[in-house]
Amino acid sequence: MTTAPVILDRAAIDAMIGVIEGRGHRVVGPVVRSGAVVLGDLSSTADLPVGISDEQTPGRYRLTARDDEALFGYVVGPSSAKPFLHATGVPVWQGERTADGSFATRKPEAPTPVAFIGIRPCDLAAIGIQDKVFLNGYRDGVYGDRREGVFSVVVNCVEPGGTCFCTSMGTGPRASKGYDIAVTEVIDDEEHWFLAEPGSDAGQEVLAQLGAAPASDDERVRVENLLVDAADRMGRGLDTEGLPEAIKASMESPRWDEIAKRCMACANCTLVCPTCFCATVEDETDLAGLEAQRVRRWDSCFNEEFSYIHGGSLRPSTYARYRQWLTHKLSTWVDQFGEMGCVGCGRCITWCPVGIDITVEAAALAAAAKEATHV
Amino acid sequence: MSDKPRLAVFKFASCDGCQLSLLDAEDHLLAVAEAVEIANFAEASRDITPGPYDVSLVEGSITTPHDAERIREVRRDSKFLVTIGACATAGGIQALRNWKDVRDFTSYVYANPQYIETLSTSTPVKNHVEVDFELRGCPISKEQLIEVVSALLHGRRPNIPSFSVCVECKRRGTPCVMVAQGIPCLGPITQAGCNGLCPAYERGCFGCFGPMESVNAASLTGKWMEMGVKSSDVVRALRTYNAYAEPFREASDAIAATE
Ligand code: SF4
Ligand code: SF4
Ligand code: SF4
Repeated sequence: MTTAPVILDRAAIDAMIGVIEGRGHRVVGPVVRSGAVVLGDLSSTADLPVGISDEQTPGRYRLTARDDEALFGYVVGPSSAKPFLHATGVPVWQGERTADGSFATRKPEAPTPVAFIGIRPCDLAAIGIQDKVFLNGYRDGVYGDRREGVFSVVVNCVEPGGTCFCTSMGTGPRASKGYDIAVTEVIDDEEHWFLAEPGSDAGQEVLAQLGAAPASDDERVRVENLLVDAADRMGRGLDTEGLPEAIKASMESPRWDEIAKRCMACANCTLVCPTCFCATVEDETDLAGLEAQRVRRWDSCFNEEFSYIHGGSLRPSTYARYRQWLTHKLSTWVDQFGEMGCVGCGRCITWCPVGIDITVEAAALAAAAKEATHV
Repeated sequence: MSDKPRLAVFKFASCDGCQLSLLDAEDHLLAVAEAVEIANFAEASRDITPGPYDVSLVEGSITTPHDAERIREVRRDSKFLVTIGACATAGGIQALRNWKDVRDFTSYVYANPQYIETLSTSTPVKNHVEVDFELRGCPISKEQLIEVVSALLHGRRPNIPSFSVCVECKRRGTPCVMVAQGIPCLGPITQAGCNGLCPAYERGCFGCFGPMESVNAASLTGKWMEMGVKSSDVVRALRTYNAYAEPFREASDAIAATE
């Protein structure tokens, strides 16, 4: 596999979308819907949020107009790869009563494999995290059926957003692995081009069909500088040194009480998070009792029933639920999967209706824990 | 007499919208009629047979001394009593009278108010008799109604969640109107059930399904006011169909007290 980067223009990106579609993928990428950039079906670059940017602060997201025609001049919106791979509202099995009175079940068909165009490095890393959750050791059918055959064109971030902290989590602003093609967009008053590098044989095959010119040394250096620069311009940061231990030492911290005064246990943070994987299954029957199905839907540790066992909920208070969430993300996930459950995408910060900020809360907990050990 | 479970529908102070959801469940109506004996449903048929009933759906709130008597009879006649809609579960929009003197209203509305026999409050059914299951909403969701009937028929647990509307927004992929457009939304403190209907049309949630399981109204209303909503408008938003449901009532009273 050669890994020499090539230079594409907008027409070549369109051609690339066509080639990928021709390989049998459902092509999905950023589109604008209801005031936000979400991932939706894409047929050409005209469907992309061309010339659009975003402003993100805790609890607030706004689209803004750029003064150029950048195709990828914004960062992550509320949707990630999660709705496509760890899908919600999908039948695990379906069945019906047969003529002889027994019950026949069938497994629903696997959908067409998705190709993500313009997925970001943090979200690519999040797929890697969910792979460990769903495919390591045993294979989860709902996820596995959707994950197989996925094609990813990652777009590196030259303009990080206001709630981004991927540098702290080691997931961006440049993708290091897990992609088929990595693209970096360069735009200014004079020029507009994309540097594209293959990351897999499939990516190499696609790029080879575009007849693109190899990148010059100057072009490679320019992209390199843009990405080094971007790493220093994160909207937020999180010091992860000793953090899992500090969070574990904070179980009785009064900070959780303060957070619970603001937290509504609405579950938005967990549902926008690209790594949060919790789900429930519900059994459904029709009125006549002839058909039944088991449907898997997203659930959340912020929902009371999520921890319901005989006799009641294990986490009746918002205090306990927020503590569970943050502790899992930044501490016990490491025990479970060998890495943190956070990629620094900032979604939980932006999409919390009251703007609770995981980086602020984790830093406050860690500071208090450090102080306590030094007393 | 058939051996099918017997279903009855009763109406108290209400607009009939919730019972209509049953008639409106076109795709399912025949299946319902197949599966149960509709023994008492005045809105659908004059063929009313006396109790006892296996399942009674009760719409409307208790607003008159006669209602208060009648709901006890309904309870006595019903094995399983399900309240349907905001009126029956929370007192409805008519519970706004609970903050006022109802005689003022009757004197405006009726030529001879002395003939009007009414209670000073509009209260939910659960304040009067034991309720087995509550279906929220103004109006209820017909999918939830069919779900409850179907679960009862097949002896399984109904899938009726008590979490926030936000969960439904996220499951269906609606970008949050509060975060992305600055539209005040009651979704974070409102129970799911509508499938996130209003936000999907870029409107804030009106709170039709009443309080979710763990309401933090102070946090949400504080945020609304930060966004520029006047405290009197916050009170009005909380005092609609589910005004008298405890968490909404306490929240609106607390804000009203500061005005
Ligand atoms: S915890 Fe927050 S910042 Fe981290 S991956 Fe999840 S949504 Fe993104
Ligand atoms: S942290 Fe924010 S988004 Fe998460 S449950 Fe609490 S209020 Fe909702
Ligand atoms: S639109 Fe309303 S209900 Fe939906 S996620 Fe936002 S706050 Fe919650």
